[in-house]
Amino acid sequence: MDTSFAYILHLADNALILGQRLSEWCGHGPILEQDMAMTNISLDLVGQSRSLFQLAGELEGKGRSEDDLAFMRVEIDYKNCLLAEQPNGDFAKTILRQFFYDAFSFHNYTALLQSSNEQVRAIAEKSLKEVTYHLKWSSEWVIRLVDGTEESLLRMKTALLELWTFTGELYTPVDYEIKAAESGLGVDFDKIKTLWLEEVNKVFDMAGIKVPVGGWMQKGGKKGIHTEHLGFLLADMQYLQRTYPGQKW
Amino acid sequence: MEKNLEEIFQSRIDREEKIEPKDWMPDDYRKTLIRQISQHAHSEIVGMLPEGNWITRAPTLKRKVGLMAKVQDEAGHGLYLYSAAETLGVDRDTLFEQLHSGKAKYSSIFNYPTVTWADIGAIGWLVDGAAIMNQVPLCRCSYGPYARAMVRVCKEESFHQRQGFEILLSLSQGSEEQKRMLQSAVDRWWWPSVMMFGPSDDDSPNSAKSMKWKIKRFSNDDLRQKFVDVCYEQAKVLNVTLPDPDIKWNEERGHYDFGLIDWEEFWQVIKGNGPCNKERLAARNKAWDEGAWVREAAMAHAAKRKERSNKKKVA
Ligand SMILES: [Fe+2]
Ligand SMILES: [Fe+2]
Repeated sequence: MDTSFAYILHLADNALILGQRLSEWCGHGPILEQDMAMTNISLDLVGQSRSLFQLAGELEGKGRSEDDLAFMRVEIDYKNCLLAEQPNGDFAKTILRQFFYDAFSFHNYTALLQSSNEQVRAIAEKSLKEVTYHLKWSSEWVIRLVDGTEESLLRMKTALLELWTFTGELYTPVDYEIKAAESGLGVDFDKIKTLWLEEVNKVFDMAGIKVPVGGWMQKGGKKGIHTEHLGFLLADMQYLQRTYPGQKW
Repeated sequence: MEKNLEEIFQSRIDREEKIEPKDWMPDDYRKTLIRQISQHAHSEIVGMLPEGNWITRAPTLKRKVGLMAKVQDEAGHGLYLYSAAETLGVDRDTLFEQLHSGKAKYSSIFNYPTVTWADIGAIGWLVDGAAIMNQVPLCRCSYGPYARAMVRVCKEESFHQRQGFEILLSLSQGSEEQKRMLQSAVDRWWWPSVMMFGPSDDDSPNSAKSMKWKIKRFSNDDLRQKFVDVCYEQAKVLNVTLPDPDIKWNEERGHYDFGLIDWEEFWQVIKGNGPCNKERLAARNKAWDEGAWVREAAMAHAAKRKERSNKKKVA
């Protein structure tokens, strides 16, 4: 598989899978304004995934559309980070998952403004505007929930225990990312790692909670080795395209 | 004195002046508006549930984005309307409480299930379509904040209606399976949509008063007739059959005649016996109850911040 195709596909999968997860909240949020905020972020993420899938399809050159790539691939072809596919859990878990991702995505898109590929730069520029707002929103909620009540703090600590193990994968490159960095298409992961940790430290500091040190990190999503959750997510998402293949909607 | 105020109030309404929150108004006017606006707001919020049901399963990314944006609009409508109700002196939490306890009503249409993807198109075409007919006259409602909220709402509703119709049009040009899905959705959504205009004018006790106050401008039956006339023509474009064997053009009236409405079903659904009444209320209650700790945390944080900044000022 062409490495630049794999690299862009991975970025698209991250955005789609997290957007899909977040959309599950629509109509069920704890506060009407936050219900709207989550749907808004989900809309942005699915929108980003569409641009990236279109670009990936072009790079691959086999005429696959955004929908072919989103709906007609199976678990082991999906390249999103494990973090993105983790279930929503309670609002604390959703917020923390979002924050970890936004902190990565913000610095990743910032770095991609320098990509050698013009289309990637354009997508990064548009997405960065959106992600800047997402990161502000999720950071504020991390602070609010950690600082809020005993219960909200406890819930954030529980979420941290569940999610921390999935954060290492964000900044640990796999082969196609290393190649993309070398060719100038992608980003330098040493820098991203440093920036991500700084961002998380900054917000956790403001919130008044410690960043865990070390701990075993899960990996595999970027190479198509997923948690059990992804299969169900895809079964749900792909249902119509799988049941009625090749039709127009 | 009271009598005099009421006369002045009515003459302002007759002159098409807008009534604003600080103006004097009869208690009954206020109560009628609170009931209507809050029911309307609740309908927007509960309406998110049947449509949200298909967000994760939308057939293409474009459709997913379109549906999410639509459901998000409905949340926004809920917000404008709760704000309009607040100008009459009742806060959002009180209204939520009434919704969650089952005391307040919302549009019965949302107690029907969205069984197939075509239902999403049918809701846009028929339910948003009926809502527009009901709501466009409300843009001229005598109560200013409600009228202004409705101007924004109506713009978005007509977009929803077109989007829904377009979903159905794609299905109508598709495979046999898609056409079957389309017909099934129209079969199930037609009558509930016709009922959305409410009981016949003879059985609608509050209509006359609302007309006098210019909260309402057209009778339920007139709006319903207009809806049937418009939909019949659009159904031809979609190549679907409306599930009413008695629909036919009446030359003399210049309208389509249509069959008898099953009012027994209508009242049963209002009473709570629709296919999804319990689920909808349970979903709203669950979201609200499980969100309690979030709302508490947000308030606690805001209070702590305020305290900290006060301390800083003192120091
Ligand atoms: Fe609406
Ligand atoms: Fe609508």
